[in-house]
Amino acid sequence: MKTANQERRRERIDRGIKVRSDGLYALMSWRELGYLTAPRLVLIAGLILLPAVMPGLYWQRVITIVCIYSLLALSFDFLAHYVGLVSLGGAFFVGVGGYLTALLNTGWGFPPVIAAPIAAILGGAICTLLLLPCLPLRGVYFAIVTLMYPLFLARMIEALDILGGTDGIMGIDSFPYAWLEQYGIIVLLLMILFGLRRLVTTDLGLVMRAVKDNDQAVKASGINITHYKALAVFIASSVGCLAGACMVHTYMWAGISTFALDFSVLPIAATVIGGGSTLVGPVLGCLILVPVSELLRDFGTLRIVFYSLILLGFIVFRSEGLMIYGQRKYQQFERWTRI
Amino acid sequence: MDILIYGTINSVALALYALGFALVYGICRLPNFAHGALYVLSGFIAWTVIHTLNANLWVAVPVSLLATGVIGAVIYRLFLIRVRGMEISEIIASYAIALAILEGLRWGGFKGMTYTLPVFIEGSVVIGGISVDYQRLLTVVIGAALVAALWLFTHYTRVGLALRGMAQDERAALMLGIDSDLMAVVAMGLGSMLAAFAAVLLLPLGNIVVESGYNVLILAIAVCIVGGIGSWMGAVMAAFLIGFAQILTVVYLGSHYQMMVALLAIILTLILKPSGLFGQQKELEERV
Amino acid sequence: MTPAPILQVDGITKTFGGIIALNNVSFTLNEGDILGIIGPNGSGKTTIVNCVTGFVKASSGRVLFRGRPITGKPPHKIAQLGLLRTFQIMRPYYSLPAYKNLVIPLCSPRARRTGGWRGGGKLGDRNTVGIDILEEIGFERDSYVPYKITNTLPTGYLKRLELARCLALKPELIICDEVFSGLSMSEIASMVPLIERLQMDGITLVMIEHRLRELFQVANRVMVLNFGEKLMEGSAEEVMADPRVREAYFGSEAVEEVMNHA
Repeated sequence: MKTANQERRRERIDRGIKVRSDGLYALMSWRELGYLTAPRLVLIAGLILLPAVMPGLYWQRVITIVCIYSLLALSFDFLAHYVGLVSLGGAFFVGVGGYLTALLNTGWGFPPVIAAPIAAILGGAICTLLLLPCLPLRGVYFAIVTLMYPLFLARMIEALDILGGTDGIMGIDSFPYAWLEQYGIIVLLLMILFGLRRLVTTDLGLVMRAVKDNDQAVKASGINITHYKALAVFIASSVGCLAGACMVHTYMWAGISTFALDFSVLPIAATVIGGGSTLVGPVLGCLILVPVSELLRDFGTLRIVFYSLILLGFIVFRSEGLMIYGQRKYQQFERWTRI
Repeated sequence: MDILIYGTINSVALALYALGFALVYGICRLPNFAHGALYVLSGFIAWTVIHTLNANLWVAVPVSLLATGVIGAVIYRLFLIRVRGMEISEIIASYAIALAILEGLRWGGFKGMTYTLPVFIEGSVVIGGISVDYQRLLTVVIGAALVAALWLFTHYTRVGLALRGMAQDERAALMLGIDSDLMAVVAMGLGSMLAAFAAVLLLPLGNIVVESGYNVLILAIAVCIVGGIGSWMGAVMAAFLIGFAQILTVVYLGSHYQMMVALLAIILTLILKPSGLFGQQKELEERV
Repeated sequence: MTPAPILQVDGITKTFGGIIALNNVSFTLNEGDILGIIGPNGSGKTTIVNCVTGFVKASSGRVLFRGRPITGKPPHKIAQLGLLRTFQIMRPYYSLPAYKNLVIPLCSPRARRTGGWRGGGKLGDRNTVGIDILEEIGFERDSYVPYKITNTLPTGYLKRLELARCLALKPELIICDEVFSGLSMSEIASMVPLIERLQMDGITLVMIEHRLRELFQVANRVMVLNFGEKLMEGSAEEVMADPRVREAYFGSEAVEEVMNHA
């Protein structure tokens, strides 16, 4: 940036402590160790302590909702920024997972602790199968199809009056212990978050990122792109279905609203605000957006207008996101230099 | 016989939905997820003009067309032009706009089944033993005329030719002095106006509900995918294919399954021939 | 021992809409050959590569690799058989460090089968194998070059990286699309020994080139394409002496000029 009267430009340099701590084999002091681990510890401790500081049951439940949306946002971020597939229908995963676990629970009598994981894996398989036709094609088709499925499924259930129709499936068990319900999902979120972060640095994750950047080159190296995309979709949809299953067990009810627009839009907004491709950003975004949306609950569908406008603003004007901004501040400092 | 008539009407309706979307995608390469929202918006604009300004339908229609066209162009110029070229961001941005418009309308009180637009001509006529409203007939006639007019426009006027040039090869068009940004804004405005056209023709046949925003979007996308991007012929044929399939399912299976036809059509096309019936896109994008 | 034909291309025709990009092109490649494909711009050189390697479906004709038909197979299946290519418009993974570029090919089924370059059996850590391959190709290990982010490397290194990506899969045939283009004289001078070493290692090569002098140093047979048709095929001297080739490159009036002044 040059000002009119002086030739200056802004320069960004990595902080000394970042450079020193970057190569892990060169850690030499507690301070560097602290620099590296502090953000992660803050996140873990923060999330675990959050329910304890919440005033009352209502807000504790909000934390659970935050975690559920965070799982969805994680799956969106993973798909969009690490594989290149934009999923406009998070509600699809939530609905499939929710209904599956409801069926497993009420129909076959599985307790929630068993039904939820089964629903997640099974739901992941079903969603992947349904999305398979659009995987060899460009990202636009994936977006279109994921947009359509929740709308279509909701209408099907309503019209055919299967799976409980408009009333939904009731009488679903909730988790056996309150602390399990509260903390179980936080632990799940943390595990999946760190697990995904680990995944994208492995060779497998590298191939997926390469598919996003440059799929012709990956094809020319003898790798079947559709396999890797399908694997990524399976992982992401399983996470989404798990979120849906947990939500259904928390509310003890599964209905058409599990396909609601909220589940599709809020994760996207959270990811964009929090910082796409960081995988922590979406969690941060949810931490901000979900309480705000709870506060706006009285305003009806204004919520969705609100998310979409924020989403639009961020995408168009400032698409970095908070987390990336924060990372930059943490890792680099800026100063003006003369040219 | 009635299948034939209703099938034709439905097909023309689908073609009308798809026109605006296909235009914008063909020229700006922008999948305009706000298409359905603009459709509904134009309906509500017309309704507002009629009911709050107590105006005549013949005033409301041009106002709505113009307003929607301008709104579409403005949306493009303010927001979508900044994310041009980044596919993911384009999709998310236009989807966000669609949501903002549709849910905003819903919050603004436009809920329920009480909003209707008057038809152009009252009454009906009997064709082949079936009584068909004039409005539906008018739709077919105007729809066909619109497609013909668009074809003429893009083949014989300067602006139309510029738009086609952009659709074929943007860089070449730029080199020939065609301002691609301006043309893109024009294309978007035109596409929005086409959505409004569809709205004023088809909304009088039912009510204006916000849900139809999503439906119209899905139907338009289905027609474009099945017909293939970039082909007039394909879009028209696809409209007829899906249109008749829908009517047949309504007659033989029940009206809930209508949307399923659209979805199945998309999935089948993606599995069997992703470039659509007459599409040329996939070939080009395989060029290394 | 007569060399066996490793690649047979039979009557490939490709039309894009109304344009005939390739018209009945056929050639046979024996094992150990280096075939050069030359021709003016737009003669269909890259298209024939795309058709052979499966990136574009030919309108008609067939391709046999080691006697097995590969026409119409998807590109990754063809690559898994050992028929690899580089890209004219380079496609490295720009945001990754150079050695990470090689991890991706090493994840393919073929690499797992053949144990990577010079590995037999178990693949081992892909990062190390990647750096080994780069060293073979000419990235000096000590100078930190393999660790640099790819978008900071000059063209010479990037071209080698493209080749390295092919080598990671123990290829039998590599089609090099304009490997010498964009390189300076010294960079080419160091590329030529690399090509020769590939040939000595038993890899058959097809090279599409514009730099004829360097190409004729390595190629033992040359094929000329013009407007999608095969003009002729033969050794380097035969091709250069042929008047049709000169006409294709220079145009007929210019040929007379050149002939008069020669």
